[in-house]
Amino acid sequence: MHELSIANSILEAVRAEAARRPGVRVAKVGVRVGELSGVEPDALSFSFEALVRGSDLEPLALEVETCPRRQRCCECGCLFRVVDFNLVCPDCGSTESRCVSGDELEMVYLEIEEPQAAPAPGTGLRGAA
Amino acid sequence: MERVPLEKKVLSENDRLAAGLRSRFREHGILCLNFISSPGAGKTTLLEQTLARLPRGDRVAVLTGDVQTDNDARRLARFGFPVKQITTGGACHLDARMVERALSDWRLEGFDLLFIENVGNLVCPASYDLGEAAKIVVLSVTEGDDKPLKYPAIFFRAELLILSKIDLLPHVPFSMAAARENARRVHPEIEILEVSATAATGMDAWVGWLDARRRQVQPAAEAPVASRARSVP
Ligand SMILES: Nc1nc2c(ncn2[C@@H]2O[C@H](COP(=O)(O)OP(=O)(O)O)[C@@H](O)[C@H]2O)c(=O)[nH]1
Ligand SMILES: [Mg+2]
Ligand SMILES: [Zn+2]
Repeated sequence: MHELSIANSILEAVRAEAARRPGVRVAKVGVRVGELSGVEPDALSFSFEALVRGSDLEPLALEVETCPRRQRCCECGCLFRVVDFNLVCPDCGSTESRCVSGDELEMVYLEIEEPQAAPAPGTGLRGAA
Repeated sequence: MERVPLEKKVLSENDRLAAGLRSRFREHGILCLNFISSPGAGKTTLLEQTLARLPRGDRVAVLTGDVQTDNDARRLARFGFPVKQITTGGACHLDARMVERALSDWRLEGFDLLFIENVGNLVCPASYDLGEAAKIVVLSVTEGDDKPLKYPAIFFRAELLILSKIDLLPHVPFSMAAARENARRVHPEIEILEVSATAATGMDAWVGWLDARRRQVQPAAEAPVASRARSVP
Protein backbone atom coordinates (compact mmCIF):
# COMPACT_ATOMS: atom_id res chain seq x y z
CA MET A 1 0.00 0.00 0.00
CA HIS A 2 2.39 2.70 -1.16
CA GLU A 3 -0.62 4.83 -2.05
CA LEU A 4 -0.35 6.20 1.48
CA SER A 5 3.17 7.48 0.86
CA ILE A 6 2.12 8.73 -2.57
CA ALA A 7 -0.80 10.61 -0.98
CA ASN A 8 1.60 12.02 1.57
CA SER A 9 3.91 13.26 -1.18
CA ILE A 10 0.95 15.01 -2.80
CA LEU A 11 0.04 16.72 0.47
CA GLU A 12 3.63 17.86 0.98
CA ALA A 13 3.70 19.31 -2.51
CA VAL A 14 0.36 21.07 -1.92
CA ARG A 15 1.73 22.56 1.29
CA ALA A 16 4.83 23.79 -0.52
CA GLU A 17 2.71 25.37 -3.27
CA ALA A 18 0.36 26.94 -0.71
CA ALA A 19 3.31 28.43 1.16
CA ARG A 20 4.29 30.29 -2.00
CA ARG A 21 0.84 31.88 -2.20
CA PRO A 22 0.20 33.42 1.20
CA GLY A 23 -3.43 33.84 2.17
CA VAL A 24 -4.92 31.51 -0.43
CA ARG A 25 -6.54 28.22 0.42
CA VAL A 26 -6.07 25.20 -1.80
CA ALA A 27 -9.46 23.59 -2.38
CA LYS A 28 -8.53 20.83 -4.78
CA VAL A 29 -5.55 19.17 -6.35
CA GLY A 30 -5.68 17.38 -9.69
CA VAL A 31 -3.47 14.36 -10.24
CA ARG A 32 -2.85 12.29 -13.34
CA VAL A 33 -2.26 8.59 -12.79
CA GLY A 34 -1.16 6.41 -15.68
CA GLU A 35 -2.41 2.84 -15.93
CA LEU A 36 1.22 1.65 -15.90
CA SER A 37 2.17 3.76 -12.89
CA GLY A 38 1.47 1.00 -10.40
CA VAL A 39 -0.77 3.34 -8.44
CA GLU A 40 -4.35 2.30 -7.76
CA PRO A 41 -6.63 5.37 -8.07
CA ASP A 42 -9.15 4.11 -5.51
CA ALA A 43 -6.49 3.29 -2.96
CA LEU A 44 -4.92 6.69 -3.59
CA SER A 45 -8.21 8.54 -3.00
CA PHE A 46 -8.84 6.51 0.12
CA SER A 47 -5.39 7.24 1.55
CA PHE A 48 -5.63 10.88 0.57
CA GLU A 49 -8.95 11.35 2.38
CA ALA A 50 -7.63 9.61 5.46
CA LEU A 51 -4.60 11.91 5.60
CA VAL A 52 -6.55 15.12 4.92
CA ARG A 53 -9.17 14.43 7.58
CA GLY A 54 -8.34 16.49 10.65
CA SER A 55 -5.25 18.03 9.04
CA ASP A 56 -4.47 21.69 8.32
CA LEU A 57 -5.44 21.11 4.67
CA GLU A 58 -9.01 19.96 5.33
CA PRO A 59 -11.27 20.12 3.27
CA LEU A 60 -8.84 19.57 0.42
CA ALA A 61 -10.25 17.52 -2.43
CA LEU A 62 -8.46 15.24 -4.87
CA GLU A 63 -9.34 14.63 -8.48
CA VAL A 64 -7.67 11.65 -10.10
CA GLU A 65 -7.53 11.52 -13.87
CA THR A 66 -6.48 8.10 -15.10
CA CYS A 67 -4.35 8.04 -18.17
CA PRO A 68 -4.35 5.11 -20.60
CA ARG A 69 -1.26 3.72 -22.29
CA ARG A 70 -0.61 5.25 -25.69
CA GLN A 71 1.91 4.10 -28.26
CA ARG A 72 3.38 5.81 -31.31
CA CYS A 73 3.68 3.44 -34.27
CA CYS A 74 7.25 3.25 -35.60
CA GLU A 75 6.00 2.46 -39.13
CA CYS A 76 3.14 4.87 -39.82
CA GLY A 77 3.58 7.29 -36.95
CA CYS A 78 0.01 7.13 -35.71
CA LEU A 79 -0.81 7.43 -32.05
CA PHE A 80 -3.01 4.71 -30.61
CA ARG A 81 -4.47 3.73 -27.30
CA VAL A 82 -3.54 0.31 -25.99
CA VAL A 83 -6.51 -1.80 -24.99
CA ASP A 84 -6.01 -5.18 -23.35
CA PHE A 85 -2.23 -5.00 -23.88
CA ASN A 86 -2.67 -5.12 -27.65
CA LEU A 87 0.39 -3.42 -29.10
CA VAL A 88 -0.49 -3.92 -32.77
CA CYS A 89 -0.97 -0.66 -34.66
CA PRO A 90 -4.66 -0.36 -35.62
CA ASP A 91 -3.79 1.60 -38.78
CA CYS A 92 -0.99 -0.40 -40.40
CA GLY A 93 -0.72 -3.58 -38.34
CA SER A 94 2.89 -2.99 -37.35
CA THR A 95 4.04 -4.45 -34.05
CA GLU A 96 6.80 -1.88 -33.67
CA SER A 97 5.76 1.04 -31.52
CA ARG A 98 7.03 3.17 -28.68
CA CYS A 99 5.21 3.94 -25.45
CA VAL A 100 4.47 7.65 -25.15
CA SER A 101 2.17 7.79 -22.14
CA GLY A 102 0.62 5.70 -19.41
CA ASP A 103 3.25 5.68 -16.69
CA GLU A 104 2.69 9.19 -15.36
CA LEU A 105 2.16 10.13 -11.75
CA GLU A 106 1.86 13.90 -11.85
CA MET A 107 0.12 16.80 -10.27
CA VAL A 108 -1.65 18.78 -12.98
CA TYR A 109 -3.46 21.61 -11.25
CA LEU A 110 -4.43 23.26 -8.00
CA GLU A 111 -7.78 24.88 -7.45
CA ILE A 112 -7.27 27.80 -5.13
CA GLU A 113 -9.61 30.13 -3.28
CA GLU A 114 -8.43 33.66 -3.01
CA PRO A 115 -8.60 35.35 0.37
CA GLN A 116 -12.08 36.72 1.19
CA ALA A 117 -10.77 40.09 2.33
CA ALA A 118 -8.88 40.85 -0.86
CA PRO A 119 -11.20 40.39 -3.82
CA ALA A 120 -9.08 42.64 -6.03
CA PRO A 121 -9.29 41.70 -9.70
CA GLY A 122 -6.12 40.46 -11.27
CA THR A 123 -4.36 39.69 -8.02
CA GLY A 124 -1.51 38.31 -10.05
CA LEU A 125 -1.45 34.85 -8.55
CA ARG A 126 -0.21 33.43 -11.80
CA GLY A 127 2.43 36.09 -12.00
CA ALA A 128 3.66 35.13 -8.54
CA ALA A 129 4.10 31.53 -9.56
CA MET B 1 -11.94 29.80 -7.44
CA GLU B 2 -8.99 29.74 -9.76
CA ARG B 3 -7.31 26.79 -11.40
CA VAL B 4 -3.55 27.01 -11.45
CA PRO B 5 -1.79 24.60 -13.79
CA LEU B 6 1.00 22.64 -12.18
CA GLU B 7 3.23 20.22 -14.05
CA LYS B 8 5.03 18.41 -11.34
CA LYS B 9 5.85 14.76 -10.71
CA VAL B 10 4.32 13.55 -7.47
CA LEU B 11 7.58 11.83 -6.53
CA SER B 12 9.80 14.67 -7.71
CA GLU B 13 11.64 14.78 -4.39
CA ASN B 14 12.48 11.06 -4.62
CA ASP B 15 13.41 11.52 -8.28
CA ARG B 16 15.77 14.36 -7.35
CA LEU B 17 17.56 12.22 -4.75
CA ALA B 18 17.66 9.28 -7.16
CA ALA B 19 19.21 11.48 -9.86
CA GLY B 20 21.88 12.46 -7.34
CA LEU B 21 22.59 8.81 -6.58
CA ARG B 22 22.67 7.93 -10.27
CA SER B 23 25.27 10.58 -11.00
CA ARG B 24 27.40 9.44 -8.05
CA PHE B 25 27.20 5.84 -9.30
CA ARG B 26 28.23 7.00 -12.75
CA GLU B 27 31.06 9.08 -11.36
CA HIS B 28 32.46 6.05 -9.54
CA GLY B 29 31.77 3.62 -12.37
CA ILE B 30 29.29 1.61 -10.29
CA LEU B 31 26.64 -0.61 -11.84
CA CYS B 32 23.63 -0.50 -9.52
CA LEU B 33 20.87 -3.09 -9.94
CA ASN B 34 17.53 -2.97 -8.14
CA PHE B 35 15.93 -6.42 -7.57
CA ILE B 36 12.16 -6.45 -7.18
CA SER B 37 9.78 -9.37 -6.61
CA SER B 38 6.98 -10.69 -4.44
CA PRO B 39 8.09 -11.98 -1.04
CA GLY B 40 9.76 -15.35 -1.42
CA ALA B 41 10.37 -15.30 -5.19
CA GLY B 42 14.02 -16.02 -4.55
CA LYS B 43 15.91 -12.71 -4.62
CA THR B 44 18.13 -13.46 -1.64
CA THR B 45 18.88 -17.00 -2.82
CA LEU B 46 19.78 -15.74 -6.29
CA LEU B 47 22.05 -13.09 -4.78
CA GLU B 48 23.66 -15.69 -2.50
CA GLN B 49 24.42 -17.94 -5.46
CA THR B 50 25.67 -14.95 -7.43
CA LEU B 51 27.99 -13.77 -4.66
CA ALA B 52 29.26 -17.34 -4.30
CA ARG B 53 30.41 -17.22 -7.93
CA LEU B 54 32.16 -13.86 -7.75
CA PRO B 55 35.89 -13.84 -7.04
CA ARG B 56 36.89 -12.81 -3.55
CA GLY B 57 38.04 -9.24 -3.57
CA ASP B 58 35.57 -8.34 -6.33
CA ARG B 59 34.35 -4.79 -5.69
CA VAL B 60 30.76 -5.71 -4.89
CA ALA B 61 28.35 -4.51 -2.21
CA VAL B 62 24.76 -5.35 -1.31
CA LEU B 63 21.94 -3.38 0.25
CA THR B 64 18.94 -5.40 1.27
CA GLY B 65 15.58 -4.02 2.29
CA ASP B 66 13.18 -5.64 4.68
CA VAL B 67 10.17 -4.42 6.60
CA GLN B 68 11.34 -5.88 9.91
CA THR B 69 14.22 -8.31 10.06
CA ASP B 70 17.88 -8.48 9.09
CA ASN B 71 17.79 -12.17 8.14
CA ASP B 72 18.66 -11.51 4.50
CA ALA B 73 21.65 -9.35 5.39
CA ARG B 74 22.99 -12.13 7.60
CA ARG B 75 22.51 -14.68 4.84
CA LEU B 76 24.28 -12.48 2.32
CA ALA B 77 27.12 -11.37 4.61
CA ARG B 78 28.49 -14.94 4.69
CA PHE B 79 30.15 -14.38 1.32
CA GLY B 80 32.57 -11.78 2.60
CA PHE B 81 31.30 -8.78 0.66
CA PRO B 82 29.99 -5.66 2.41
CA VAL B 83 26.26 -6.02 3.08
CA LYS B 84 23.95 -3.59 4.77
CA GLN B 85 20.36 -4.08 5.84
CA ILE B 86 17.83 -1.32 5.37
CA THR B 87 14.93 -1.91 7.73
CA THR B 88 12.03 0.17 6.50
CA GLY B 89 9.99 -0.13 9.68
CA GLY B 90 6.74 -0.79 7.85
CA ALA B 91 7.26 0.83 4.47
CA CYS B 92 6.57 -1.58 1.62
CA HIS B 93 9.36 -0.26 -0.63
CA LEU B 94 12.79 1.33 -0.54
CA ASP B 95 13.09 4.95 -1.53
CA ALA B 96 16.07 6.98 -2.67
CA ARG B 97 16.52 8.62 0.72
CA MET B 98 16.89 5.25 2.46
CA VAL B 99 19.52 4.21 -0.08
CA GLU B 100 21.36 7.49 0.27
CA ARG B 101 21.41 7.11 4.04
CA ALA B 102 22.54 3.50 3.88
CA LEU B 103 25.42 4.45 1.59
CA SER B 104 26.51 7.41 3.68
CA ASP B 105 29.28 5.61 5.54
CA TRP B 106 30.54 3.56 2.61
CA ARG B 107 33.28 4.83 0.32
CA LEU B 108 31.80 4.44 -3.14
CA GLU B 109 35.32 4.48 -4.64
CA GLY B 110 35.65 0.93 -3.32
CA PHE B 111 32.88 -0.58 -5.47
CA ASP B 112 31.90 -1.15 -9.02
CA LEU B 113 28.80 -3.28 -8.52
CA LEU B 114 25.96 -2.60 -6.10
CA PHE B 115 23.03 -4.98 -5.70
CA ILE B 116 19.92 -3.64 -4.04
CA GLU B 117 17.39 -6.22 -2.88
CA ASN B 118 14.14 -4.31 -2.55
CA VAL B 119 11.38 -5.09 -0.06
CA GLY B 120 9.36 -8.11 -1.16
CA ASN B 121 6.49 -6.53 -3.06
CA LEU B 122 5.64 -6.59 -6.74
CA VAL B 123 3.78 -3.28 -6.76
CA CYS B 124 5.10 -0.49 -4.59
CA PRO B 125 8.85 -0.61 -5.32
CA ALA B 126 8.11 -0.05 -9.02
CA SER B 127 7.28 3.60 -8.35
CA TYR B 128 10.49 4.53 -6.57
CA ASP B 129 13.63 5.25 -8.53
CA LEU B 130 16.71 4.37 -6.46
CA GLY B 131 19.25 5.67 -8.96
CA GLU B 132 19.78 2.15 -10.34
CA ALA B 133 21.00 1.45 -13.86
CA ALA B 134 18.33 -1.21 -14.21
CA LYS B 135 15.46 -2.76 -12.36
CA ILE B 136 15.38 -6.55 -12.40
CA VAL B 137 12.08 -8.26 -11.70
CA VAL B 138 12.18 -11.80 -10.33
CA LEU B 139 9.08 -13.94 -10.87
CA SER B 140 9.03 -17.49 -9.54
CA VAL B 141 7.17 -20.22 -11.37
CA THR B 142 5.03 -20.85 -8.29
CA GLU B 143 3.40 -17.43 -8.66
CA GLY B 144 1.54 -17.93 -11.93
CA ASP B 145 2.30 -16.97 -15.52
CA ASP B 146 -0.31 -14.17 -15.58
CA LYS B 147 1.55 -11.93 -13.12
CA PRO B 148 2.94 -9.59 -15.80
CA LEU B 149 -0.61 -8.66 -16.81
CA LYS B 150 -1.76 -8.29 -13.21
CA TYR B 151 1.17 -6.13 -12.14
CA PRO B 152 2.23 -4.44 -15.39
CA ALA B 153 4.04 -1.49 -13.79
CA ILE B 154 7.10 -3.41 -12.66
CA PHE B 155 7.34 -5.49 -15.84
CA PHE B 156 7.07 -2.29 -17.88
CA ARG B 157 9.95 -0.69 -15.98
CA ALA B 158 12.27 -3.66 -15.55
CA GLU B 159 15.05 -4.20 -18.05
CA LEU B 160 15.39 -7.89 -17.17
CA LEU B 161 12.89 -10.52 -16.05
CA ILE B 162 14.34 -13.48 -14.19
CA LEU B 163 11.94 -16.42 -14.12
CA SER B 164 13.07 -18.21 -10.98
CA LYS B 165 12.68 -21.63 -9.34
CA ILE B 166 12.44 -23.36 -12.69
CA ASP B 167 13.39 -26.63 -10.95
CA LEU B 168 9.77 -26.60 -9.71
CA LEU B 169 8.25 -26.46 -13.20
CA PRO B 170 7.27 -30.15 -13.21
CA HIS B 171 5.19 -29.57 -10.08
CA VAL B 172 3.29 -26.38 -10.87
CA PRO B 173 0.86 -25.30 -13.59
CA PHE B 174 3.09 -22.61 -15.05
CA SER B 175 3.55 -22.07 -18.77
CA MET B 176 6.95 -20.62 -19.60
CA ALA B 177 5.67 -19.59 -23.04
CA ALA B 178 2.67 -17.77 -21.55
CA ALA B 179 4.83 -16.00 -18.97
CA ARG B 180 7.21 -14.80 -21.66
CA GLU B 181 4.39 -13.71 -23.91
CA ASN B 182 2.62 -11.86 -21.12
CA ALA B 183 5.81 -10.05 -20.11
CA ARG B 184 6.41 -9.02 -23.73
CA ARG B 185 2.84 -7.79 -24.13
CA VAL B 186 3.58 -5.33 -21.35
CA HIS B 187 7.18 -4.63 -22.34
CA PRO B 188 8.24 -5.93 -25.78
CA GLU B 189 11.95 -5.20 -25.21
CA ILE B 190 12.27 -6.87 -21.80
CA GLU B 191 15.10 -9.39 -21.55
CA ILE B 192 14.21 -12.74 -20.01
CA LEU B 193 16.32 -15.36 -18.25
CA GLU B 194 15.26 -18.65 -16.68
CA VAL B 195 17.05 -19.62 -13.50
CA SER B 196 16.98 -22.06 -10.65
CA ALA B 197 19.26 -20.77 -7.93
CA THR B 198 19.01 -23.96 -5.89
CA ALA B 199 19.65 -26.35 -8.80
CA ALA B 200 22.15 -23.90 -10.35
CA THR B 201 20.35 -23.99 -13.71
CA GLY B 202 20.67 -20.91 -15.87
CA MET B 203 23.19 -19.35 -13.52
CA ASP B 204 25.85 -19.13 -16.24
CA ALA B 205 23.53 -17.13 -18.48
CA TRP B 206 22.66 -14.81 -15.59
CA VAL B 207 26.29 -14.28 -14.61
CA GLY B 208 27.01 -13.69 -18.31
CA TRP B 209 24.31 -11.02 -18.43
CA LEU B 210 25.81 -9.43 -15.35
CA ASP B 211 29.36 -9.47 -16.76
CA ALA B 212 28.20 -7.94 -20.03
CA ARG B 213 26.35 -5.22 -18.15
CA ARG B 214 29.39 -4.54 -15.97
CA ARG B 215 31.62 -4.13 -19.01
CA GLN B 216 29.28 -1.42 -20.30
CA VAL B 217 29.96 0.73 -17.26
CA GLN B 218 32.95 2.90 -17.92
CA PRO B 219 34.97 4.49 -15.19
CA ALA B 220 34.16 8.16 -14.78
CA ALA B 221 37.26 9.53 -16.48
CA GLU B 222 36.38 8.02 -19.87
CA ALA B 223 32.62 8.20 -19.57
CA PRO B 224 31.09 10.66 -22.00
CA VAL B 225 28.38 12.80 -20.46
CA ALA B 226 25.80 11.29 -22.79
CA SER B 227 26.24 7.73 -21.49
CA ARG B 228 23.20 8.03 -19.32
CA ALA B 229 21.60 4.96 -17.83
CA ARG B 230 18.42 3.94 -19.56
CA SER B 231 15.49 5.83 -18.12
CA VAL B 232 11.80 5.15 -18.34
CA PRO B 233 10.30 7.16 -21.22
N1 LIG C 1 12.90 -24.89 -5.38
C1 LIG C 1 13.51 -23.71 -5.31
N2 LIG C 1 13.36 -22.98 -4.20
C2 LIG C 1 13.98 -21.76 -4.16
C3 LIG C 1 14.76 -21.26 -5.24
N3 LIG C 1 15.22 -20.05 -4.91
C4 LIG C 1 14.76 -19.78 -3.68
N4 LIG C 1 14.02 -20.84 -3.21
C5 LIG C 1 13.35 -20.92 -1.92
O1 LIG C 1 12.32 -19.97 -1.84
C6 LIG C 1 12.24 -19.44 -0.52
C7 LIG C 1 12.35 -17.93 -0.56
O2 LIG C 1 13.61 -17.56 -1.10
P1 LIG C 1 14.29 -16.16 -0.82
O3 LIG C 1 15.57 -16.14 -1.57
O4 LIG C 1 14.39 -15.89 0.65
O5 LIG C 1 13.24 -15.16 -1.47
P2 LIG C 1 13.13 -13.54 -1.37
O6 LIG C 1 12.07 -13.24 -0.39
O7 LIG C 1 12.74 -13.11 -2.76
O8 LIG C 1 14.48 -13.02 -0.97
C8 LIG C 1 13.35 -20.08 0.28
O9 LIG C 1 12.80 -21.15 0.99
C9 LIG C 1 14.29 -20.57 -0.80
O10 LIG C 1 15.03 -21.70 -0.40
C10 LIG C 1 14.89 -22.09 -6.40
O11 LIG C 1 15.55 -21.76 -7.39
N5 LIG C 1 14.23 -23.31 -6.38
MG1 LIG D 1 15.00 -11.71 0.55
ZN1 LIG E 1 1.15 1.97 -37.82
